[in-house]
Amino acid sequence: MFRFLIRRLLLAIPVLIGVATLVFSLIHLIPGDPVQAMLGDSAPPQDITALRERLGLNRPLYAQYVSFMKGAVTGDLGTSIRTNQKVVTAIGERMPATIELALASMVVAVLIAIPLGIVAAVWAGTSVDHAATTLALVGISMPTFWLGPLLAIIFSVSLGWLPVSGRGTLAHLVLPAITLGAPLSAVLARITRASVIEELRELYVLAARARGVSPAGAVLKHAFRNSLIPIVTVLGLQFGAVLTGAVITETIFAWPGVGRLLIQSIGARDYPAVQGCILLIAITYVSVNLLVDVAYGFLDPRIRYE
Amino acid sequence: MLWVGASIVTVAALAALVGPLVTPFDPANQQLALRLDGPSWTHLFGLDELGRDILARVLAGARISFLVGITVVSVSAVAGTLLGAVAGYFGGVLDDVISRAVDVLLAFPGLLLAIALVAVLGPSLGNVLFALTIIGWVGYARLVRGQVLRAREFEYVQAARALGAGALRVLWRHVIPTAVPTVVVQAALGMAGAIISEAALSFLGLGVQPPTPSWGTMLNGGRAHLLDAPHLTLFPGLAIALLVLGFNFVGDGLRDLADPKRG
Repeated sequence: MFRFLIRRLLLAIPVLIGVATLVFSLIHLIPGDPVQAMLGDSAPPQDITALRERLGLNRPLYAQYVSFMKGAVTGDLGTSIRTNQKVVTAIGERMPATIELALASMVVAVLIAIPLGIVAAVWAGTSVDHAATTLALVGISMPTFWLGPLLAIIFSVSLGWLPVSGRGTLAHLVLPAITLGAPLSAVLARITRASVIEELRELYVLAARARGVSPAGAVLKHAFRNSLIPIVTVLGLQFGAVLTGAVITETIFAWPGVGRLLIQSIGARDYPAVQGCILLIAITYVSVNLLVDVAYGFLDPRIRYE
Repeated sequence: MLWVGASIVTVAALAALVGPLVTPFDPANQQLALRLDGPSWTHLFGLDELGRDILARVLAGARISFLVGITVVSVSAVAGTLLGAVAGYFGGVLDDVISRAVDVLLAFPGLLLAIALVAVLGPSLGNVLFALTIIGWVGYARLVRGQVLRAREFEYVQAARALGAGALRVLWRHVIPTAVPTVVVQAALGMAGAIISEAALSFLGLGVQPPTPSWGTMLNGGRAHLLDAPHLTLFPGLAIALLVLGFNFVGDGLRDLADPKRG
């Protein structure tokens, strides 16, 4: 297990270096002078020179790269041009909101997906299954940037039950969590269905039924429990989709998270903050994938020896 | 499911092709006196914040969605298939370079890299196409590489090699065709992905810029009028959801056909 863990960690290092390199190069992809792009065409030359020096863009490319990578390792992602705040501090202040939203959306997804997937699997091939499968496909097809406003129109504007934007109470969390969780629930429901169908074909389920275990007991206590590994894995791997979805959901509901900070920074051409947000989201994604991989290897010994 | 999906896609494609020619309203024509008017017999989907006919704009927006979907999917599929096939067949340094590039690009969740690229390159349709293709080809490359690794061990492939066929001929005639069904399924699902991604970028203000009608841009414009004119949000969103659902049905149906065990 220890060797497997070390191997997975070592494999993640070149990926992280590649991610950081790509994020570093973003600022150099800006057409023309990046500093001019940040400050606008009418900026006085002394301001342009000052910002160029502050961002270190007057130094040779390799020196910029080394200092960016050093900063990425030590947690120094530079200073925001818009707010003059350390990028790491700005992200740190907003991270709890994004994590809260991501976790809540995953809870919503699990609560919808597991029953839907189990029902579809138990009645596989029937009209119940077709209805559940179609519902899941509708969920995947419905864009969050449409579902969010739609839910806001119904539950905030028409019924007045829930606040339309902001963060603070549990009521504020409901609509963003459903918006972000719905597509994830659709993906999870499909995996749950496929996984439970596979387990239901196994002999141990038949044996359990022969021992007098009720049909519901055979499904829930035996088949479903054994189908949990792929479900948990997909839940972990979908964390990336949740992070990207959070960018859109936070924008719709004015949720003060990292995603909204990213969009605000893009709007203000605050490229150090943009780079910081992108790098942090990507590193979080790689780390979660790594954790899922390691957890999977821990749960299923066959993975370790492949 | 396949037929339902194919019907939705066909109707949408016809609407995109013919719709803008037969609708009596110009999607750019403004009737400020009638702004935000709800659906009526004259304007079936109502009018937007500048008094433009929403049905005409939804039909014109369909052209953008198809343009993005077809361009991104065809370029990504061709590039990804070629790179994946080369990596899988030749192995060695080529495989290492391509596979590491795939690993790095896949380390960015979903749309994040596209958002980052469009943020620095500037919002425009061309940059959206570029950004979505950059993140699009990796899925095909990974898929095809896996298929090719299996296919190069097939007996008929080894027989072709033993008969003296060159590497390119073996790849083109014998190996790549084995990956085609998988690529077609991925392409159908990729159409859905590209359409939704373009709409997402435009919704965030990073894609197609006004006054060009794109479904995402229309939804973005509707955000300010959720309270007084929800029809601005309703119809473009419905169009996206239906078309994406159509392509997902097609992709799912094709996958079941390619792999009957799944069905």
